Amino acid sequence: MDEHSANIVDLTHIEKTFGAVRALAGVDLMVSRGECVGLVGHNGAGKSTLMNILAGTLAADAGEISIGGKPQKHYSVAQAHKLGVRCVFQELSLCPNLTVAENARVLHPSIAGWGWRKQAGRLIREKLDAIFPDHGISTDSMVGDLPIGKRQMIEVARAFTVTKESVRLVILDEPTSSLDSHRAGQLLAHVRRAITDGGACVLISHLLGEILEYTDRIVVMRDGKVVAADRAAAFSRDRLVTTMGATAAGRTGRADAGTVARGSTPVRVRAQPVRQSDGFELVAHQGEIVGLAGLAGHGQTDLLLTIFKAAARRTAGVKISDPVALIAGDRQSDGIFPLWSIAENIGIRSIKNLRRGRLISPDLETRFAESWRDKIKILTPDLRNNILSLSGGNQQKALFARALGSEARIVLMDDPMRGVDIGTKLEVYELIRSEARAGRTFLWYTTEMEELQNCDHVYVFRNGRIVADLRRDELSEEKVIQSSFEEAIHS
Amino acid sequence: MNSLLRRLLSQPWVWSYLGALLVWLAAIVFTHGYGAGGMISAGLALAVFSVITGVAQMFVITLGPGNVDLSLPANIGLASAVAMKVMGGSDSLIALGLGAALVSGIGIGVGNYLLIWLLRIPPIIATLSASFIIQSIGISYGRGLQIKPPPGFAEFTTVQLAGVPLLAIGTVVLTLGFAVLLHRTIYGRSVLAIGQNPRAAWLAGIAVERTRCFTYLLSGALGGICGALLAGYFRGSSLDIGDEYLLASIALVVIGGTSVSGGKANVTGLWGAGLFLVLLLTMLNTFGVSAGIRYVVTGLVIIGVIVAAGGEKAR
Amino acid sequence: MTSLAGASTLRAVVAEVNTPRRILRAILPALSLALVVAGIAWFNPRAISYFGINLMLNLGIPVVLATIAQMFVITVNELDLSIGNFVSFVGCVAAIWLRENPVLGVVILIGCIGLYALMGAVIYLRNVPSIVVTLGMLFVWQGLAVLVLPRPGGKAPAWLHDIMNLRTPYVPFPIVAAVVIAAVVHFGIMQSSYGAILRGSGGNPNAIGRAGWSLLRTKVVMFLLAGIFGVLSGLSLIGLTTSADANIGKGYTLLSIAGVILGGGEFVGGRVSPIGAVIGALTLTLAGTLLNFMRISPDWQVGAEGAILIIVLAARALINRAGPGVLSHK
Repeated sequence: MDEHSANIVDLTHIEKTFGAVRALAGVDLMVSRGECVGLVGHNGAGKSTLMNILAGTLAADAGEISIGGKPQKHYSVAQAHKLGVRCVFQELSLCPNLTVAENARVLHPSIAGWGWRKQAGRLIREKLDAIFPDHGISTDSMVGDLPIGKRQMIEVARAFTVTKESVRLVILDEPTSSLDSHRAGQLLAHVRRAITDGGACVLISHLLGEILEYTDRIVVMRDGKVVAADRAAAFSRDRLVTTMGATAAGRTGRADAGTVARGSTPVRVRAQPVRQSDGFELVAHQGEIVGLAGLAGHGQTDLLLTIFKAAARRTAGVKISDPVALIAGDRQSDGIFPLWSIAENIGIRSIKNLRRGRLISPDLETRFAESWRDKIKILTPDLRNNILSLSGGNQQKALFARALGSEARIVLMDDPMRGVDIGTKLEVYELIRSEARAGRTFLWYTTEMEELQNCDHVYVFRNGRIVADLRRDELSEEKVIQSSFEEAIHS
Repeated sequence: MNSLLRRLLSQPWVWSYLGALLVWLAAIVFTHGYGAGGMISAGLALAVFSVITGVAQMFVITLGPGNVDLSLPANIGLASAVAMKVMGGSDSLIALGLGAALVSGIGIGVGNYLLIWLLRIPPIIATLSASFIIQSIGISYGRGLQIKPPPGFAEFTTVQLAGVPLLAIGTVVLTLGFAVLLHRTIYGRSVLAIGQNPRAAWLAGIAVERTRCFTYLLSGALGGICGALLAGYFRGSSLDIGDEYLLASIALVVIGGTSVSGGKANVTGLWGAGLFLVLLLTMLNTFGVSAGIRYVVTGLVIIGVIVAAGGEKAR
Repeated sequence: MTSLAGASTLRAVVAEVNTPRRILRAILPALSLALVVAGIAWFNPRAISYFGINLMLNLGIPVVLATIAQMFVITVNELDLSIGNFVSFVGCVAAIWLRENPVLGVVILIGCIGLYALMGAVIYLRNVPSIVVTLGMLFVWQGLAVLVLPRPGGKAPAWLHDIMNLRTPYVPFPIVAAVVIAAVVHFGIMQSSYGAILRGSGGNPNAIGRAGWSLLRTKVVMFLLAGIFGVLSGLSLIGLTTSADANIGKGYTLLSIAGVILGGGEFVGGRVSPIGAVIGALTLTLAGTLLNFMRISPDWQVGAEGAILIIVLAARALINRAGPGVLSHK
């Protein structure tokens, strides 16, 4: 193998179709040594498909793959591993029933025989220490018992571990989605260190800031094709957004001022996190958009779920005045019904009102879905098509239609824009604001500052407690970050 | 016309009817056409019981992976004994006996659901352990005695209208009702939604636990009724009367085109599958094969169908 | 199974302080065994002797082996509803052919193991539920057993009888056998490096596949092992009973599932414990004896097995639920 070849990866004219959908229409991609390539694009642009092909988990229909200058005829996962290509997938790829050390062994067939457990434990511990100092993870703990953020740290660290074959290329598909900004920074700093040692990295992220700051070169994909590739320095946020093909370019300005002053409308939600001991509580008035901020996994989702449960059963510490609907961020596991049509997926939350007599009327159901398709612009030729025929962003829109079409006056959103392209985001922000003006109350958990700027009021969470209560005019990224970290600094 | 045919062939239940037809033809070729009609009416009569248990199992299986009612055979056995004992051979007590069987079945459904709900254990193990206990109750309740059904009840389970068993007609009407229940009511939609993704169903405002509870009650109730009818049809109760209906009910669901991974159900296919299995056994009987061969063939057919159908979800 | 992994995103942040709960759960099987032994000692102190234990636990060996077979299948998120009938069939083969025509007998038994491996391959390749496939196999084994041995009878080969009636010094043979089985399987599946892959393929098959391991192979290996232990179970059973009938192992399906669960195994997610499974199987075997000593009518024997299973699961549910509650009060 030619170790000195400049290009680690050369993909030429890669094509891939799934049924009638053309996921990749002849893509070229090259990654050279010592380079971090940022890969951006909308959902359904083909990024993940391309990376799956590069990792060997999907076979390309046509095109050539060459690694380290050598064309690969029969490319497979095993072959990719042998050649030092590692991939951290969007969904976590750890076995919850194995220990951290055992999970490290899964990636390294060469760790076997007596003492394999110790060897694997040492391997992963050293890497964790290097990337995430003070990670506090024991290599003997069962992965399933760890919180999701730690699991993502293990997974990332595992991808960088080396036994026999050196790691040449690490593909990181949304690696920071469950990490807070502190850990995300450590990870991205490690990526920079790793590539100076002669490795390479492909980083996929919807956080354009990460891409602009940490990558050397940016490749933009749209509709299964590469539409732009240039030095990172040549891109600005605005240029990235326009190249990706957002329907409305540019950064969202702050929502128009002039929303109702706090207190002039009735209180719709009062909720206290279980761990809150100082009597602080979250309050949401009618027509307000209330943000739940803080580092990922600090009790925001828990509180939303508590409020959701309180709608069905009286719960201590929570008072709500109206029906509640929840929009999940994880579409696949918490949102869609994969065997159903788009119309059925939209109608299920309002099914009681779609009946004639005791029986559900398919006619009413279709008309209901049609009205929402027009209102929220779901792109589909036929609402009777399966929900999976929609792109990710449009599936998320269907979930918004499900919640907003219901009788619920309070809408809980659990980071619903996770992995949604920017065009859809901008449309949905506008929709949320107009629904709030019409008197709906929104509780919005998000980790993105940009989204918090749509909120009238923001509560910052830390360790399962509300630690700050910011009015819109007090809101700033510095304040949110400061409140999220305060304890760590003081104690 | 052509597109109609294509649409028909794309229905998952068509194959079960084709299979039934094929087996029937094979049998009458063997007998040179003798007993062709009788075979169908006997087949319809016997298929009734598999179809009733099949409906029960279908609703349960549609709730999603891990959901299956393994207590059906024990339930049927106990209900047959309860019904016969309460009827006590007297025509005037038929309604009471049927009611008692229904109550026994519903009671078992409640027990199953309580185990699932309280212990948070997979339904497969809850219904399995429940069936142990039900068996013991059955043994100590029935004391192995075979009680004869009242003549009126026995007559009712076997009477035919123009060669078609009355029971079969009644069950067809019943299954139509269940098809409506499945596709056009909130309950049915809830079952289908939970089967696809219970968490998403909960977050979409579906009463998950109520739906699950009702489904196990329904399964228990249908098992109870089936037990009483079987005792009437076979002229007496016995504890092992329901033994073959565990496999039969699951086989019907699978062959009839219902998804074993949940979320998708098909009522029409149950009848095709029921007829197919009953006629298959009839055919083997006319060929005069031994019990051992019959078992082997039945097992292989079920494996063959499930393997040919394959799993819907790609890995 | 994929939904399980995905659901974790919305799930509450799991406290890392799970260890006491895990320890409590881990000692639950041993605790129930101790409870049953204590019960026996209370009702009939003389039963706790070399001879008594030999007598009580002898029939536990085939149960232990069948339970281990079931455990392999459960590890990869499947369930074998045919194991009892398979054990019966093996018993029939052993009692008819292994004595008179050992070559044929051995060939048939090896063929059976191959069939188990094939079953694993079919379940994986066609992505079909094991419940349905093994339910079909239940009928196949039953039919074959009836064909081989229409009436109870046959005779175990002498060597098999001798092995099963071995007199070990000081410690009764069944206990020695159970310890050896537990140690061998524990090493193979919990301690070996490929064992981690096998368990992992139950915990998160996608992860194992993406790391370049063959999931077909893990599934086939687990079913192959199940077949081997099923054969061993049938042989040991015939060695004890000396003659066979077509339904001799019928109850083993339920016993084996119950044993795995009693031993702390989970139905999905590859969380199993071989040592626990052996203890669970022994507990169930002894429970029968205890019920006899308590003069409980044989009518309720089956019911009692079900009740034990429910009680253990209830205890486990209590532990699981108490855990987070206790933490949140701190």
